[in-house]
Parts: sequence; structure tokens; C-alpha cells
Amino acid sequence: TAICQSITQLMMWYANNAKYFPPPSTAKDQFQEELVIKPLHSGDIYASFQFRTQWDTDFLLGSKVSHYRLFPKSLGQVISKFSVRELHISFTQGYWRTMQWGQPFLPSPPGAELWVWFQDTVTDVDLAWKELTNVLSGIFCASLNFIDSTNTVQPSASFKPLGVGNVTDQRFLRYAVLPREIVCTENLTPWKKLLPCGSKAGLAVLMKSEKLFHSSFHSQALHIRPVCKDWQCKSTSWELRQTLNVVFDLHTSGQGKREWSLFKMFSRTLTEACPLASSSKVYVDITDNPQLFELSPATPLVSQAVVLGDGRTYSVYDLTDHATFGQTHSLNVLLRWRAAEREMLRPLLHGERYVAGYGLQTGEIHTLVYNNHPYRAFPVLLLDTVPWYLRLYIHTLTVTSKGRDNKPSYIHYQPSKDRLQPHLLEMLIQLPPNSVTEVTVQFERALLKWTEYTPDPNHGFYVGSSVISALVPSVVAMDTNNTQERPLFSSFFPCKEESTYFMRIYTEPLLVNLPTPDFSMPYNVICLTCTVVAVGYGSLYNLLTRTFQVEEPSQGLAKRLANIIRRLRGVPLLT
Amino acid sequence: MEEDALNQSTAAEADISLHMLSESPSGSVVIYVVPESSTVLPEGVSVYVGQRRTALLRAGGQMRVAVALKEVLASLETWIKQVLQVMSFSHGDITAALSDRVRPGDRSREGLADSMRAFKSSPGYEITFSLLNPDPTSHLLHWDVEAAISSYIQPLLSKMAPVANFSIDSQILYYAVLGVNPRYDPTLNAYTLNADSLSHVINPVEARLGSSAASSNPVLNFLLYVPDSRHSPLHITDHRRHTVPSNAFSSPRWGGIMVYNVNASGTELPVDVHIDMRRVMGVFLPQLRLMLGVQSAAPPPGFLIGPCGNAGLADWELDRLMWTRSVENVATATTTITSLAQLLDQIGNIVINDNIAEQVSSAVASLQLAVGQLEVGNLGLAMQYSKEAILQSERAFFDPSLLHLLYFPDDQKFAIYIPLFLPMCVPILLSLLKMASEVRQRPGQGQAKKD
Repeated sequence: TAICQSITQLMMWYANNAKYFPPPSTAKDQFQEELVIKPLHSGDIYASFQFRTQWDTDFLLGSKVSHYRLFPKSLGQVISKFSVRELHISFTQGYWRTMQWGQPFLPSPPGAELWVWFQDTVTDVDLAWKELTNVLSGIFCASLNFIDSTNTVQPSASFKPLGVGNVTDQRFLRYAVLPREIVCTENLTPWKKLLPCGSKAGLAVLMKSEKLFHSSFHSQALHIRPVCKDWQCKSTSWELRQTLNVVFDLHTSGQGKREWSLFKMFSRTLTEACPLASSSKVYVDITDNPQLFELSPATPLVSQAVVLGDGRTYSVYDLTDHATFGQTHSLNVLLRWRAAEREMLRPLLHGERYVAGYGLQTGEIHTLVYNNHPYRAFPVLLLDTVPWYLRLYIHTLTVTSKGRDNKPSYIHYQPSKDRLQPHLLEMLIQLPPNSVTEVTVQFERALLKWTEYTPDPNHGFYVGSSVISALVPSVVAMDTNNTQERPLFSSFFPCKEESTYFMRIYTEPLLVNLPTPDFSMPYNVICLTCTVVAVGYGSLYNLLTRTFQVEEPSQGLAKRLANIIRRLRGVPLLT
Repeated sequence: MEEDALNQSTAAEADISLHMLSESPSGSVVIYVVPESSTVLPEGVSVYVGQRRTALLRAGGQMRVAVALKEVLASLETWIKQVLQVMSFSHGDITAALSDRVRPGDRSREGLADSMRAFKSSPGYEITFSLLNPDPTSHLLHWDVEAAISSYIQPLLSKMAPVANFSIDSQILYYAVLGVNPRYDPTLNAYTLNADSLSHVINPVEARLGSSAASSNPVLNFLLYVPDSRHSPLHITDHRRHTVPSNAFSSPRWGGIMVYNVNASGTELPVDVHIDMRRVMGVFLPQLRLMLGVQSAAPPPGFLIGPCGNAGLADWELDRLMWTRSVENVATATTTITSLAQLLDQIGNIVINDNIAEQVSSAVASLQLAVGQLEVGNLGLAMQYSKEAILQSERAFFDPSLLHLLYFPDDQKFAIYIPLFLPMCVPILLSLLKMASEVRQRPGQGQAKKD
């Protein structure tokens, strides 16, 4: 029996090792797709798609990469032409409500956000950035070409590279947000085209734009970065991650019934996996089950993952397995709610922002950062980008927590230049436990030139979201070693410590009114002046061209009255 | 020395050894006259066109009698004219190069078709090979495109490097379908695509191909379509409903499409298919030559054109292409500058900055240099100058600063002054009316006075 035991131990060891050393596959690129469905606290439902293409190639070396299989050619050309090290772009419609929905897997601010790390071989980063934004706006059919030096910043600490490599010189980083950008189908179609299966097979079949945009929140993003090829990290490969996050509203589209299915959400069901995908899975978060809802069809596969510092349990539907689709050859996951709505969440970290003050001359920006952790303090990095036409009075900057002054341990401020560069304010603030930290700064509104106003100036001018990045203490210990096996949605931000996890949240964008002139005034003035001139001209013209004749002076009023009376009396008239 | 070379057993060997002896400059043609008795040329062939810039011409029968040099040349003149027609730049080539600008007139249909098929001259081209796999569940396609390009396409492109810059890439597109449903032909036991319907094939595919993000050069697309198992085998038929042996077609100034049938008899799906790149490139290479403007007219009788070797392009063909391209570039740059001048005449308030003026003047300078070099016969330099002229003239023409005041039309200016003009018109019109009525009354009064 002793021999038997040792053999089983050995076999288990082998099995473990097999898990850690993935078999070397011949294909140099692989594709994974994944859909996470998470019933939210408010009763809404959150669907998050992730598509990952990994390619063992090197865009950085001299050899030209020009033969594409799964990786989209247009993006590959962009990477090699502009020497991009990392590229993160997101298009978001709507604002993520942390208080009702908790944390998203991948945060994004309303509008369009783009941040790029260039290779350290790039000599003229600004030129490359300008051309890159133009090319990307062509690829994604978006107005990224409005990104110029007035809304581009180089944050010193908030946006570190997420992939491998240790270039952290901020000269090669560019960050820009367009809060005004409206996201719609024309942005989704090119995004879908980048997937190897397009929208013909696999999870992407569900992406019907009329359903996706009939939602409370829609965010599509694309992340390119170099990652470790395997867990030993001896060589790198390139990762393209395309994500799409949607929150469907229970009240507007549920029609009173408290149940959800894939068909109700997307008006499609799943019939097959993308044949090019090495893994294709649907996860449903069942941590709150069975108190909250009921799930059908049942699946035997259950996966545990630590997501955002919290241990969650997921039901897994493996689409590469034919048994998943059952007799009907289609998969329609159905959720039926049991419990009623619950009260607001108290997320550990939360941010808010608003403009205070009255009049059109000065104002004050308030940023509130909540730490709801009962007993642990943690530092956060706050990044504010304010356009030049709001002139910040940086001497009025105050940071207070619990009624006391809270001095930031690090401040990086780059003043604005009119029509050239925006304000950049970065601070490292220690948040005391269970506290609200308020950051205020006063500003003055600048007068714009008349050509600089937008077509609808009375709507107001947008100021992009503040970015709060933090290492938040986690509830459950995270597994930092093995990131290969984890589901895609839990493995985006690199995690180095077991007790904390990285989190980034975005506040609301601001809408600020600027003093706006009456644009019709010049035309009114022209009209008025022209009329006056025309009247003057008319009378002068009359004077010059009229012929004057002497006329018999007419009878006076008294005489006419006297004549009427005389006629009545029959007396001869006066002449 | 040259006699030794000409005593080689075959014409091809003679051609190579003659080339070793003397390197002829680009644009020139060297004709060697060999006696009729020479065995270099095969039987029945009187002219051999080599792969360099040489031709071997068999002397006629009357040559045996010793006569004056003048008469010899006179007797050879017709042949030499024909040789030059084949090997050098001729009048037809000029009209072909300028076909966009000159009325076709009495040119042959074939020449016109050739010139329309070729891409317009550009300083660079992007060549994209795309493998279309409409059904990845049944076929798993493998193509070694990298090796195929380096062994078949790259030699041609490196030979053509003086003409333009080329960049090559390839991609695989899944679930890409053609725009036409093929028809089943029971006689062939196969599906067919008729030549009439080919024009509709490209559109849906093109949406997936994606334009080149990195440059604005024209893109040559070569698509390899592997039909799915439900529509297999698929044949392209011509207008007379015969199947085309190459099973491929080309679209003028766009690229080529080849249908590659696989007999997927495998039991387990998906079937692994390794594509025979030799066969594919055998179709794409001639298409590429046509697209790039290498003309291949049929030689006149009695001519033998030597094999064009590894590069797929003879030196004299390259010379002809460079002639054509230089002329075309010169014409394009001239048109661009002329249209800029015309635009300035039409719209007066365009601001020409110093840098645009500089671009225009340097474009004109390069144009003059290019024309000068063409006159001398320096093809390489002429090509280079004409490319510079195109680049500079287009940079001047498409400069964004030209657009600023382009759209401030006159009618808007008048609209602003309507509040001035309209009230001012009122007294003028009224007095005109009054004058008119006075004029009408006055003759009446005159008559009344006469009475």
C-alpha cells in the first residue's frame, strides 16, 4: 500500500505540474472569449464580454511583422508604425454608478479615453501621438482627431504601464479624455470587425447594437500590451484585449417581470463557440444565490475566483463542449429574481465631484473621495485634468478629511498655457479609515475667442473625469502567482501583493458654463445700422429726385367745420 | 571577345556572356547582328530578345555579299524598328501612360485595357495577400505565405525597387464570403461563378479587408478564396461558359482573386488543409506584373523572347516601365500644379503660405530636372526627380491651410448686406415706377395738347 500511496502522490504531483506547464502549442497565436453575467445589487444586470488575442511575436524588433492570422492587421500596422508599447482606448456611454452597481471589472470614464505608452526609441512623441490619434479615429469612426495639445497630459504616477517592461519615463506617455464623445453603432461595428470571428460565431453573435445601446451603461474598450508568454516570463507576447460592458436596466426593458435571459437581453441565444477560440466560456456570478435568484439551465461546472478583492463563485458554461447546448442546440441562460431590491451598496472606495459657486466669473471644484473601510487607511492617487479655460487658483487648493487638514504627501502640478496645454494636478492623499476626504480648488472662467466656442455653447463645456487610483485592502487573499489559469475578467490589472488589489475609479465629468456672448449680436447690429443707413439714404434720395410743385394752401380746420355747419343751416358757404 | 560569346550554343547563354562583357546603361538597347549561318538562334527565329538589354538579330540572306555598311543598315532597318518597338519606349507607351488625360482616339482596345488594368503611378504600393476562409468549422487552412512571398514575389519587387517602394503583408479573414451565390452546374458537377457576376463578388469582402492604417499608398489586394464544403468545388467560367483553367480573375486597379478548391474528404472536421503556395503564386505573380504596369504584348512573328529569369522581369522591361512611369509622374505632377493654379484663379481668397509656395517652386524645379534627365536618357534620375515632383506637388495641393478660407462664398456676404440693400431698393424702385408712369402719361398729354 505504501508503494500505491507514493504512486498516487507522484501522479498528483505530475498532474499539478501539468497544470503549471501548459503544453507547448504549435500555434503562435491564440484567442479566448468570455462572457460574465453578474446580477447587480440594484436588480439590474451586468454583462461583460472579454476577447483576448495573444500573439507570440515581437513588434519591437527590427524585423517587420506583416503576416497576420488572428491578430487584426490594422492594429498590428498601427503598433509597428507608431512604435506603440501599450495602447488603451475606451468608448463609454453613460456613467458607472458605483453606489448601486459596485465595481466594474474594467473601469472607464464617460466619453472616449485614450492612453498610450510609446517605445523609448520614439524621438518625436508629440508627432507620433498626433498621427496615432488621427489613424485611430479613422479605425474606430470616432472623433479622436479632436485630441490635441489642449487636452493631452503626461501623468507622472497615475497611469503606469500594465504590461511587462520597466519603462516608466512619463515622456513616453500620453493621456487624453474626450468627455463629450457620444458612442453609438458606428463605433461598435469597427470594433466587432477586429474580432477573428467577427460577429458571425461565438459570443459576439450576441452583440446586436439595438439591444446593446438600449441600456443604462455601455462601454467598449481595447487594450494592447506586451505580456508574459508563460508564467516564467522569459519571453513576451502581445495581448489584445477587447472588452464590452453593458448594464441592462431592469425597469425599462423588463416589462414588470423580474427575470432575465440571454434572449431577453440580446434577442439572440448562443449556438456555438467561435471555432478559432481556444476557450469560450460564459460565467454567471452565483455568489448571492439562492437567496437572490434562480438560474437555469443548471451547470455542474463551478469556478471560484478572487475578483476585486472578494471571493466570488461562478457557474461556468463551456461553449466548446457540445453538451452545454443540450437538446435544443442553443444556450439560453435564464435568471429569475426572488428577492426584492436592496439598499445602496457601500463600496470601499468611491468618488464624487461637482462644481460650486455662482455667477459666471469664478467657481470651485469639489472632489469627494470616500473610504468606507472600517479600520484601514490607504493612499490614493488623484489625477485631475482641467482645461485651460478654467484657470485654477492653485493657492486655494485644500484637502480636508474629518474636518482636519490632510496634507498630500506628493503633489505634481503642471500649470496650463492658454490654448496650448491643460492643467494637470496629481496628488497622493492618505485616506483615513471610514472618512470622506474633500479636495477643493477655486477657478476663474476665461473668455474664449468667438471661433473657439462649440456649436451649442449654452450647453456648457465638459471637464473630464478625475481619476482615482488606489491599492485597496482586499477581503480575501489574492493568488499572485498563477495568472494564466484565471478567468480573463479577473486578471487584467497586474497584482503583486496578496493583501491589496489595484483599483481605478472615475468621477463624474463636469459640465461648466462659460460666459457666452450673444452670437446673433453682430448680425443684429448689422441689421440695425443698415436700416438706419437705408432710411437716411431714402430720404436723401427723395429730396434729390422729387419734383416740388406749389399747391393751393388747403382750408383751415376751423373754416371746414364752419362750412359743414353752414351747409346744415343752408347758409352760403365761406370760400 | 564578343565573337566568343556569340559562339555559345544557345541564345540564352550568349545573352548572359554578352552581358558579362559590357554593361549597357539603362534605357539603351544593344543589337548584335549575327550571320545567318550562326547556330546561336534556333531555326525559324530571326530575333532573340534577351533578359538584359540585348537582342540578337539574324542577318538577312543578301548579307553574304560584301556591301557597304550603309546598305547593310538599310536592309536591317525594318527589323531594328520592330526590335525597338518591342524592347523600348514607343509612341504607344506614351499614349498608354497618359490615357487618363488624352482622348483614346484610334488606340487599340487591348492597349487601352492594359493601361486601365495597371495601377496609376505612385511612389509606393501596399500589397496585401488575404486568405478567405468562409467556414473555419470545416477547414483549417495553413499557408506558408512568408516563404512563398520571399521566394516568388520578393525578387520581382526588389528588381522594381527603383520604380516604387513596396510593402507586403498578409492576413487571414474568417467568415468572409463572396457577394454572389455560386450556381450549381450539373454538367460539371460543380458550382460556377460566371464572368458576368464577378463584378459583384468583391464588395462584401472589401468591407472586411480594411484599408491600410499606416500609409496612404494604393493597396493591391490578392485574395485566395477557399470555398466552403457546401459550395465546393467552385469554378469560374468565362463568357462562353468554359471553365477558366487558372480559376482566378483580376479586377482592374484593385487586385486579383483566386478560388482554391480543396477536396475535403476527411471524416473529422475541421480538416487540415495545407495550401500549395507554388500554384497560388503562379497565378498571383502574373496578375501582380499586370497591375504594376509591366506590359506583355505578344511579340511579332519571328521573335523569340528569352525567359525572364529569377526576378520575373527583364532589364528592358524594367526600362520600359521606368520610361512610362516617369512620363506619367511628370504628367500627374503637372496636372496637380495646374489645377492648384486654376483653383487660385477661381477662388481669390485662398491664402498661399510661404511653405506652399516653396513646395510649388521645388516641384516645378524637380519637374524640369526630370524632363531634362528624360531627354538625356538617364532613367534612374528621371524617375527619382519625377517622384519628388509628385510628392511635392501633392503636398502643396493638399495642404490643410488652403481649406481655411475656401468655404466663404460670395452669396453669404451678400446675405449679410441684405438689410442694407433691401430698404435702399424701395425708394429707387418707387421712383422708377413713378418715372415709368410719367413716361406713359406724357405721350397722352402731348396728344391732348395737339388736339
